[in-house]
Amino acid sequence: MSDLETKPGADTAAGGRVEPADNRFTRALSHVISDLGKNGIFIALILVVVVFEILTNGVLLRPQNVSNLIVQNGYILILAIGMVMVIVAGHIDLSVGSVAAFVGAVSGVFAVNMGMPAWLAVVLSLLIGALVGAWQGFWIAYVGIPAFIVTLAGMLIFRGLTLVVLGNQNIGSFPDFYRALGNGFITDVFGALDIDPLTMGVAIIAIVALIVQSVRTRRGRQSYGQEVEPAAWFVGKLVLVSAVVLLFAYALATFKGIPVTLIVLAVLILIYGVIMNRSVFGRHIYAIGGNLHAAELSGIKTRNVTFWLFVNMGFLAGLAGLVFTARLNLAGPKAGDGFELEAISAAFIGGAAVTGGVGTIGGAIVGGLIIGVLNNGMSIMGIGIEWQQAVKGLVLLLAVAFDVYNKRRSGGR
Amino acid sequence: MTTNILEMRHITKTFPGVKALQDVTLDVARGEVHAICGENGAGKSTLMKVLSGVYPHGTYEGDIVFENETMEFRDIRDSEAKGIVIIHQELALSPYLSIAENIFLNNEIKGPLGLIDWNKTNIEASKLLARVGLRENPTTKVLDLGVGKQQLVEIAKALSKRVKLLILDEPTAALNDEDSAHLLDLILSLKGQNITSIIISHKLNEIKKISDTVTVIRDGKAIETIPKLEVTEERIIKDMVGRDLEHRYPDHTPHIGEEILRVEDWTAYHPQDPTRVMVDHVNLNVKRGEIVGIAGLMGAGRTEFAMSLFGRSYGTRISGRVFKNGVEIKTRTVSEAIDNGLAYATEDRKFYGLNLIEDIKRNISMASLKKLERGGLVNDNEEYKVADSYRTSMNIKAPSVLAKVGKLSGGNQQKVVLSKWIYSDPDVLILDEPTRGIDVGAKYEIYTIINRLAAEGKGVIVISSELPELIGICDRIYAIAEGRITGEVPIAEATPETLIKFMTMEKERSDV
Repeated sequence: MSDLETKPGADTAAGGRVEPADNRFTRALSHVISDLGKNGIFIALILVVVVFEILTNGVLLRPQNVSNLIVQNGYILILAIGMVMVIVAGHIDLSVGSVAAFVGAVSGVFAVNMGMPAWLAVVLSLLIGALVGAWQGFWIAYVGIPAFIVTLAGMLIFRGLTLVVLGNQNIGSFPDFYRALGNGFITDVFGALDIDPLTMGVAIIAIVALIVQSVRTRRGRQSYGQEVEPAAWFVGKLVLVSAVVLLFAYALATFKGIPVTLIVLAVLILIYGVIMNRSVFGRHIYAIGGNLHAAELSGIKTRNVTFWLFVNMGFLAGLAGLVFTARLNLAGPKAGDGFELEAISAAFIGGAAVTGGVGTIGGAIVGGLIIGVLNNGMSIMGIGIEWQQAVKGLVLLLAVAFDVYNKRRSGGR
Repeated sequence: MTTNILEMRHITKTFPGVKALQDVTLDVARGEVHAICGENGAGKSTLMKVLSGVYPHGTYEGDIVFENETMEFRDIRDSEAKGIVIIHQELALSPYLSIAENIFLNNEIKGPLGLIDWNKTNIEASKLLARVGLRENPTTKVLDLGVGKQQLVEIAKALSKRVKLLILDEPTAALNDEDSAHLLDLILSLKGQNITSIIISHKLNEIKKISDTVTVIRDGKAIETIPKLEVTEERIIKDMVGRDLEHRYPDHTPHIGEEILRVEDWTAYHPQDPTRVMVDHVNLNVKRGEIVGIAGLMGAGRTEFAMSLFGRSYGTRISGRVFKNGVEIKTRTVSEAIDNGLAYATEDRKFYGLNLIEDIKRNISMASLKKLERGGLVNDNEEYKVADSYRTSMNIKAPSVLAKVGKLSGGNQQKVVLSKWIYSDPDVLILDEPTRGIDVGAKYEIYTIINRLAAEGKGVIVISSELPELIGICDRIYAIAEGRITGEVPIAEATPETLIKFMTMEKERSDV
């Protein structure tokens, strides 16, 4: 700390003063409005869900379909996590689809052709994903070639290598442990009941954890004399989120239970959420994307951060490749085709800025879910692939246009 | 009796919070070379932007009368259509296009089908090049020309637009002696062709040599217009700096201790042109509690020195030694420099200093996350508390530390930059143009902060092109010119006149 007078001033007693009621009301209202603005993407997701629930005559939210939504989109969501981090830093990764295919193919060689134990095949494959990321990160961070070019090259290189590894044939029929990554469910631990108690139990534990964590954060802020949202709104939001989680869990519990993919995703979201929000590394990513020069002159080792970002992206692309391969029970040459575009769309729909510096894991996940619901809903309605493509393109365009418009209105840069 | 080609009458231009020009009247006679002098930030460039339509009619008060007609320029094309062409300090040429393409950019010579007539374009370009005395093939890419020749291309481009009034903003700032001499001759020969010129320059000897009239601007006001016969360097300098020095600077009683930082033989070369020395064997030192100034014109190597010292953020082939408290330290990377107790607050806070899309809190913590970290995680409540304490102690005017930095005024942004570096707890702070683009009130606050830092026993280096500022706040001032320290002046002997003499001291050239 500096020797300057850094004691907070006397005017931090915002919580202690008694305010006139109408003033308190407008402040509460402004909290609600600002929350709605920040969470516009959640509201968009809810709207999309409601619209398709109506258009599909209730098929969308049937237990089996809810479960499918997660399992079908798991690999895109995994990619979206890494992609939004790359985009926040001001880069892009076009190679993730090819890398996913490549790692899927390599895992096939390990697990099927060479007959390695499944766990070893998985670990080695993830390592190879990270190595691929290190290769690309090296060119981007230390040689200074734009990520667009390096990963465009990577897109071709690793698609080509996928074909080389597969030797013109599909590799198939993976061991059970491996397949669980994409297809497995944790269920019936307590016997085959109509509603799986484990799923509901996990959901309740998750809700309790969420409430405890939220209260602790709020208490922490209060103890530092920071302004917090009105109690009613705080409780209201928690009730709302808990209800959604319970309904979601109920849907899973009446079907097959908790998909393994969901567990993988939940762990990733938790870990990467903390990294982006709370860790020094995450702060450095935002700083680099916000102003590279300022970050450099603040002593941030920008090249190392960029390098590790791409290592991480390679790792996650590998993981997505494994989940996808496991789901199809097949490593094929066309695997991962177009994944990069869905992952990039998810990040941008989720509020990431094209210029870098802005974006969240949560936003990217919700963006990915919106794309997932669009895909799924339109498929149920029997809309052809051609219109699905067009609609998704339009949604991406409108989402980014909305973001640009918002920024201009608020005077941005 | 000459008539006036241009009369700018009672021009006033305000930016939010700053009066950049105040009731400025400027008369330029037909066929003369009219020089405009003033310190950085005095309002010269603003005046020229008003004249050329960069600031359109309606955004300023007053009248522009050109060739006896009142002008209402909406943009730069309007003024060019009337024959007013401005050549900016940063040249506006497209490097990958040829000379001829650049000259006729957006003014292309077209054939019958509306396609570009390349033969005619190149022939016309050759004629223009002959007029400016540039012997180059018009198809040569601009990229392959030196700065001096590029300057000539700009003038040729102006001639192609049938220029009547040519405005040159610091035309020789980036040129060597030979190119400068050629350019000045060219301006005189254009005068012979009845082209009027306005030249903005810091170089007083040049001004004396070529101009017929000199107008001095200071603090947005025209101080006086001096006819050629009465022009002396002393008079220009007096007009440029002669302001009330009282009460603009807080009182400062230095308590100077032992030496805290010493730099020996610091040398750095241009990053793109490794043969061009930008910082040339600089030796200087700072003591505890001392405020040391570095005075130099733009491009003299001030920022280059500071940035090359601060983690080699500028230049190549950097050499020299740094000592802190008598012990040699390394500053090879920014984080190493910070760890060794250095801080550098940049002159360009928007480009190099701040993350404008982030809030105050995260900007202040940016260089010191280590202090807030436990097990790799940042304690954001502590961060908020720290930032809020700086908001109070530095008087940052914002509703809370969650306000985005991009929305703050220049003065408050600068306070965020200073907070960031003070929080990194350095022993020596290098402040590069700490009050650029800041209004007078906020300047006073910044000076107070600088004094407080010195009183705490830190060493402070202030780089500034505002001499009164340096004289007002420093304990000792170095002058820098062409990358070399040309003088060291104790505050008792520091006057703008002595400093300018050192700042304009040129290298003795062996080849002349």
